[in-house]
Amino acid sequence: MTRFTLNGKPVTTSAHPMARLLDVLRDEFRMTGVKEGCGEGECGACSILRDGKLVNSCILSVGMMEGAHLETPEGISATPGGKAINDGYAEAGAVQCGFCMTGMAVATEALLRENLNPTEHEIRTAISGNLCRCTGYALIIDGIERAAEKRREIAAGGKTERSERTA
Amino acid sequence: MSDFFRPATLAEALEIRANHAAVPLAGGTDLLVRYRNWAGTLPKIEKPVVSVGHLSELRGISVHQNGAAPDLSIGAGVTYGELLAHPQVPELLKNSIWWLAAPGLRNVATLAGNLCNASPAADAVCALYALDATVDIAGAGGTRRVPVEEFITGPGRTVLRTDELVTAIHLRPDEGGVVFYQKVGTRKANALSKLSICARASVHAGVLESVGIAVGAVAPTIVRSRDIEATLIGRPVSDIAAHAAEVVSRYEPLVRPISDQRSTAEYRKATALGLIGRFLMERLTG
Amino acid sequence: MKPTISAAVPRVDSHGKTSGDSKYLADYYFPDMLYARTLRSTRARARILAVTVPDLPVGYFYVDHTDLPPGGSNCVEMIKRDWRAFAADLTSFHGETIGMVVGPDRGEILRILDAITVEYEDLEPAVDIDEALALKGGPIHGSDNIFAEINLKKGDPDAAFANAARIVENTYHSGAQEHVYLEPQALAACIVDGKLTIYASTQCPFYIRHSVATALGYAEDQVRIRHTVTGGGFGGKEHYPDVLAVPLAVAVLKTGKPVQLVLSREEDMEVTSKRHPSRIHLRTALDADGNILGMELDTIIDAGAYESSSRVVLQRAVFTGIGVYDIPNVRAHGRAVCTNSVPADAFRGFGAPQGLFAIEMHMSYVAREIGADEDEFRARYFARQGTRTITNGHVYEQVMLPELLERVKRAADYDRKKRACVPGSGRGIGLSFVQHGSGFTGSGERDIIKARVRLRRTESGVVEICASCVEIGQGIDTTHRKVVADALGIPYTEVRLLNTDTDLTPDSGPTCASRSASVVGYLIEQAALKLKARWTEPGLIEVEQQYAQPEEVQWDAETMQGDAYPAYSWGVNCVEVQVDPVTHEVETTGIWTAYEIGRALDELVVKGQIDGGMIQGLGYAHIEKLERKDGRFLQTTMADYAIPTSLDYPSVHSELIDNPYPYGPSGAKGAGEVVLDGAAPAFAMAVQHAIGAPVCRIPVTPEYLLEVSAHDPVHAQR
Repeated sequence: MTRFTLNGKPVTTSAHPMARLLDVLRDEFRMTGVKEGCGEGECGACSILRDGKLVNSCILSVGMMEGAHLETPEGISATPGGKAINDGYAEAGAVQCGFCMTGMAVATEALLRENLNPTEHEIRTAISGNLCRCTGYALIIDGIERAAEKRREIAAGGKTERSERTA
Repeated sequence: MSDFFRPATLAEALEIRANHAAVPLAGGTDLLVRYRNWAGTLPKIEKPVVSVGHLSELRGISVHQNGAAPDLSIGAGVTYGELLAHPQVPELLKNSIWWLAAPGLRNVATLAGNLCNASPAADAVCALYALDATVDIAGAGGTRRVPVEEFITGPGRTVLRTDELVTAIHLRPDEGGVVFYQKVGTRKANALSKLSICARASVHAGVLESVGIAVGAVAPTIVRSRDIEATLIGRPVSDIAAHAAEVVSRYEPLVRPISDQRSTAEYRKATALGLIGRFLMERLTG
Repeated sequence: MKPTISAAVPRVDSHGKTSGDSKYLADYYFPDMLYARTLRSTRARARILAVTVPDLPVGYFYVDHTDLPPGGSNCVEMIKRDWRAFAADLTSFHGETIGMVVGPDRGEILRILDAITVEYEDLEPAVDIDEALALKGGPIHGSDNIFAEINLKKGDPDAAFANAARIVENTYHSGAQEHVYLEPQALAACIVDGKLTIYASTQCPFYIRHSVATALGYAEDQVRIRHTVTGGGFGGKEHYPDVLAVPLAVAVLKTGKPVQLVLSREEDMEVTSKRHPSRIHLRTALDADGNILGMELDTIIDAGAYESSSRVVLQRAVFTGIGVYDIPNVRAHGRAVCTNSVPADAFRGFGAPQGLFAIEMHMSYVAREIGADEDEFRARYFARQGTRTITNGHVYEQVMLPELLERVKRAADYDRKKRACVPGSGRGIGLSFVQHGSGFTGSGERDIIKARVRLRRTESGVVEICASCVEIGQGIDTTHRKVVADALGIPYTEVRLLNTDTDLTPDSGPTCASRSASVVGYLIEQAALKLKARWTEPGLIEVEQQYAQPEEVQWDAETMQGDAYPAYSWGVNCVEVQVDPVTHEVETTGIWTAYEIGRALDELVVKGQIDGGMIQGLGYAHIEKLERKDGRFLQTTMADYAIPTSLDYPSVHSELIDNPYPYGPSGAKGAGEVVLDGAAPAFAMAVQHAIGAPVCRIPVTPEYLLEVSAHDPVHAQR
């Protein structure tokens, strides 16, 4: 038995501890926003957050997740911050085939939690493990800049100490 | 289908190693990639696995005064991401990590795990060679400390016994000086190495005081020659630069690369020697 | 004033794709679903003597050619009947399908596959162009290993070469390229209400229907194909899903249960089709003043073991073989060669990138050889309105290359940079000039595709587009709605594009060659105008529109003479690089582009095409090395086959010149291919400027540049 929290809810799985986290998230918990693009940690389509950090769920065993806090694209999208990312991407025209997009949104979330004013180079670095074959990345970067702006607005409205920093 | 152990303490982990010869699993970025399998199936590993990345004894980066010299201790469970964020980790190691992999991998991959994998193409391990790193090993019979060049014995081979675990890696904290890192990969970022060079030096009043030059992916193990380095120490760097071609030629027999799906032996050799020359001619003289 | 349709609108598929709501094929969990994995040949060329399958556990099945229903045939019919559905007694490439294991547990399927033994009698393979032309091991195909051959003549090439004061010639090589659509190949099939129904990640649902029906001996309407959200195609999901669908269909008939077939990335990279490697030899006849009298092209593409679309790819490679230039006398010879390797097939650009790389590098080479400036030399030969093409057809539109060039030069500060960088200095800048014929080659639209679309205004007032053009990321779901909305004068949010379902939507042809936007988009616009005329009628209205070839377009498919394309898209690209003198690594420091694609249907959708096409093209030109040894690919993981990351190339500067095309929706021509075509020659041009030696091969790897620099650059090319 492995216990962890999934998008804020405590869950338990009886999957073999060596099972790929990606398979357990998809097949057992039906978090199909987590995609398999390569199965070897190269493409980032299976990105999730573990304890707030970006990770590739295709090269993690579920047994390693005991006590971890996991967030999937589904969970992130349901938050105001996640919605800001989705809206930023939509305004920028960042999405094409979309298969990399949930992972890209997770990488964006990981970036914006640490840095609400990322430079272009910081954005490029943050998504450098999330491969996209359609866009050439430019419109994704634009989408992340728009998302960051929305997140700064949320932060300004929500928390005073943040708004001072970003003002 | 393999057994999976999740010990609560290092002692427990060592017991599992001793009793089951279980393969240590830290971040999994080497192990779970090597044994990857079809979706919905278990990794193709027959041996039992012992998860060690979570052990508190292996977490953390600390600096101690070790006699006169300060010592940076990096726990075996420390990830590359944590190393990048630490102010006293040597710049050369940080450079190698920055170019090694994307954030999602850096957040789980460990330096110790990469070291135990003993790939001649491991960029951060190449930095460990140049930085005179030592490795702490714990086992049922106690602990020992070995230099990194002795720890790795061949491609994928180390001195680690099946009842032992690497617990920490030791380095001198960042000491400034000349640092040169260059990696030639299959692309610019998040790439596997065709070859890489890690070099550092301290220069005082135009004279070379200490130096470490390591080259990865050009021989069965990472190349570092303390003999050649010894001939450089104490010389004016301008003199070294002027005789760089002669120094480079002494590396020539040590650089014995192969051709594979990433590059050719000819290219690796010419480029590795060229980069040693670049360090001697362009970087040392600053 | 900005044309209204070009103004960007939010894409209709954006939120579903970023949130995880959009369901791709692998996200469907059918009740009682089985999984399938393919047993593949491990020989490049061999007789299959026996396949021994162990006793299978209950619920597991082995499927092969013997399971084809009576009346069926062991084939995958694409353009023609050439692929075997299952290798039965002979295998022609490493990775060919022999059979399939199907069952509920994937671990058990792997154990069964491991236990199956295949007994081979090895034959001598011919794994590259030279071996195949030498008929090593005896012919693989016909008597000469030639799938397709083209001979063209424009003007009087014999006289041109007889009168030449000088002849300059060289050979240009291009490598294979893997599509790396982020979603690997994926299909699932089941029986729904007694009917074989296939869900597919695909560009061409009707192609799958045709292949499956032919193999099973069914009528076409006995098979139903439903398109699922598709994670990229780039040509790789044009025909290849047919290869998977036939064995999958047989498996469903045998098991009676839903079966899912999703390739792992590694399997996908090992066995699916690639871009054709090419070898193109060009000869140019010059007079004493350095004017071009004529040109000869010898184009060879490596087609792999089966023909697939190689005939048509070859046509485009040859028809695009003199690029954007008006060359008075031309002889062209083209061959698609059969080798014992994974069949090559469609890939964004479809032969044009190979042809354009060769002609651009050659024009530059000729210019250097005669001491002319490569840019001025090329500009002298720019095609113009009325120029005769290589197939003796015509360029109908105004050619805006000079205007495009001016835009790019200004944006890149080209003239100053070009002067500032001495050849061989390590810094370089280069230009490419490209064209891409819109839509299918020749009379394919009229004679083969015969596209049909339907528009419906429902009783609730929503307008539905029924067509078989599928959204694969290129934005057609959004742009088609805009075309209809524009014609009807309603908001695009009141228009819907139905998911393609071969039972419900008419066959408007495959999703490829930018024909969805330019050709089908035009049909949809015509249909919308019909609908508009009947708009005041009450209740449900349905209108249909059928393809008709523009009258002035004349093409003789037999002689391959006339207008191979009704119109062309045009592009000028500029790339700036820095080359490390020690490692020979190339850093791209700037990318500037300008295109004439008729009119943009949506500026952001088009920008997405430009950015993505350019970066995919730079990958092809630079880092995407795909080598073969003994007929097998050496780079079969995403670690070894490197596609560009966000850190590899800078953002692309792009501009468009509006030049509406009368037979395109709102004036649009194709944009999906021309945006890739120019990347490789611009990049290679910049590199050769930086190193001061000719570049004749892509990808331009550091290993290749070491070779180039190790030789005397002039003599190395003789």
